[in-house]
Amino acid sequence: MLVGLLVGSGAAAAGAAAPQPPDTMAQRLQPCTACHGAEGRAAREGYLPRIAGKPAAYLYHQLLNFRDGRRSNATMAGLLVHQRDDYLREMAAHFASLDLPHASRPPSAAPAAVMARGQTLALQGDPARSLPACTACHGSALAGTLPAVPGLLGLPRDYLIGQIGAWQTGKRHAIEPDCMAQISRRLGAEDASAVASWLAAQPMPPGLRPAASAPEPAPLRCGSVSQPER
Amino acid sequence: MKRSAVGGLTTAILIACLAAWVGWRNLQGEDALVPDPPAQAASAEQISRGAYLARAGNCATCHTARGGAPYAGGRGIVTPFGTVYSSNLTPDPSSGLGRWSAAEFWRAMHHGRSRDGRLLYPAFPYPNFSIVSRTDIDDLFAFLRSLPAVTQAQTEHALRWPYSSQAALGLWRALYFRPGEFKPEAERGKAWNRGAYLVNGLGHCSACHASRNLLGASAGLADTGAGSQLPAQNWYAPSLADPAEAGVTGESAAETVQLLKTGMSQRAAAMGPMAEVVAGSTQHLTIPDLQAMVEFLRSIASEDHLKKAPATAPTADTMARGGDLYTRHCADCHGAQGQGAPDQYPALVGNRGVTMSNPRNLLQAITAGGFPPATDANPRPYGMPAFDLPNADLAALTTWLRAAWGHQAAPLSEVEVLLKR
Repeated sequence: MLVGLLVGSGAAAAGAAAPQPPDTMAQRLQPCTACHGAEGRAAREGYLPRIAGKPAAYLYHQLLNFRDGRRSNATMAGLLVHQRDDYLREMAAHFASLDLPHASRPPSAAPAAVMARGQTLALQGDPARSLPACTACHGSALAGTLPAVPGLLGLPRDYLIGQIGAWQTGKRHAIEPDCMAQISRRLGAEDASAVASWLAAQPMPPGLRPAASAPEPAPLRCGSVSQPER
Repeated sequence: MKRSAVGGLTTAILIACLAAWVGWRNLQGEDALVPDPPAQAASAEQISRGAYLARAGNCATCHTARGGAPYAGGRGIVTPFGTVYSSNLTPDPSSGLGRWSAAEFWRAMHHGRSRDGRLLYPAFPYPNFSIVSRTDIDDLFAFLRSLPAVTQAQTEHALRWPYSSQAALGLWRALYFRPGEFKPEAERGKAWNRGAYLVNGLGHCSACHASRNLLGASAGLADTGAGSQLPAQNWYAPSLADPAEAGVTGESAAETVQLLKTGMSQRAAAMGPMAEVVAGSTQHLTIPDLQAMVEFLRSIASEDHLKKAPATAPTADTMARGGDLYTRHCADCHGAQGQGAPDQYPALVGNRGVTMSNPRNLLQAITAGGFPPATDANPRPYGMPAFDLPNADLAALTTWLRAAWGHQAAPLSEVEVLLKR
């Protein structure tokens, strides 16, 4: 009886007809934003990467990679397993089109020597070990290049280290030739930690967007850049 | 001395008899293989009929590794006895069906025996496929022969002993497997019979929607009215015989056709393993075939199988907390009255996923979220975010859902949520 009354009163209070949810991508893609932050912005700290504003072809490739097992993440695979290429392309375009302010970066706890090593690797690479600078592909501002190379700023340190490790252990793949797998395998554990610490600590200039084209010449061939429509 | 010799002899005779019985059971009804007639090129019609039958059987879903070549096998099927890896069905001579004859393919589908004579594990649902007609199996084979050949060697099964042995499999088959034959019931009409043939045969619905005994033998869809907890997955396949679970009633018949065709209906969205079935199989079937399946399913749903859990009234505190959580997290999409939004989000009022006595799917839907499968009718589905709520909140929310809007399902305690989420 008590329950009946409670439910009854709740129903009466909510009597007005609810409006139909809007027919938008943002409405459809709530499973994405539940973890990647409202509108794909991602949290200030933690592991999950920001996806808003990344190049569309890059995001599309990652959706394909998660769905088809080239990247290993059970949650992402479970969400995407029964979705079609066209819809994944539309999801990628949606998040790529978002232009949202970045959260401020947390200060780095890494020692100055580690940060210096990270900066050298990111901006100059290590020619003796055939390691190109990050800027050689990801753009001089490290904001990524259209259509398929992601920016490296505004990402959590743990996420960056996780990706290098996943390439090293074969848990992350891209379209062959998989240039980042080659580079990651040339990085030692301390290199990975240093470059990730430095990248994660860089401020995000307002309005930073991917560069229109990649720097020339590219130091390596990358399948996901030469075949962005695949 | 003499006594033990007699005992030993008796044991030996018993073992020999058992072996003979197992051997006889395993070969029962199996005729010698008839060599195929001289090869004739399959017609386009035969291949297209076979392609449809492959959809009806959802063959590609198990016989394709994630991101791998279609039908080239290699997907692991987790069972309580270990993992079985699917085989390569493409016409590659070394690793696929390239050297198989139509008769050998028929024997695999009908008797569960491979080309080399080995017994096949029933993770390949030949206990269902056994009733499929020779004509249909030949068409299916013609379709598989038309696929591009892909070389991909068989991954070894990872089964625990004794399940890994042919002897254990032979014993299992002697106990539980008989080759089948579809016998139409004349008084039932054409559609019902077509539905029964599809549901029990290629559709292999009982592989998930019926309970299994400890050795994994299926009880059949209608025998117990029980569904099945799926191995290694946090999903429960609801009973198709119980109208309070997924049993099809007059009221839900049209919705069931819609669910199978589009992945959504007014009061349901296919999620988890059923999303896989809709994506790979049922969305591709014709409406008359889906209606036939639903007509058959209606005939096996019975009030006799209704499972009623005594519903105790939840406390006022729980209801207040649950209602508040619903308003905060759920009402924007599913509506204040649980009415859902047409073609976007299913209604929760009258939704059996909410009210059935086994709460696992309700908890899984809330905590994992997900997208319904993409189908031609719904190629850009609206998704449900995962809600990682504390157990106490989940208990209150699900209890509220199970008592709201006239629902009379049993409340869930925090402990049940802890055990089943």
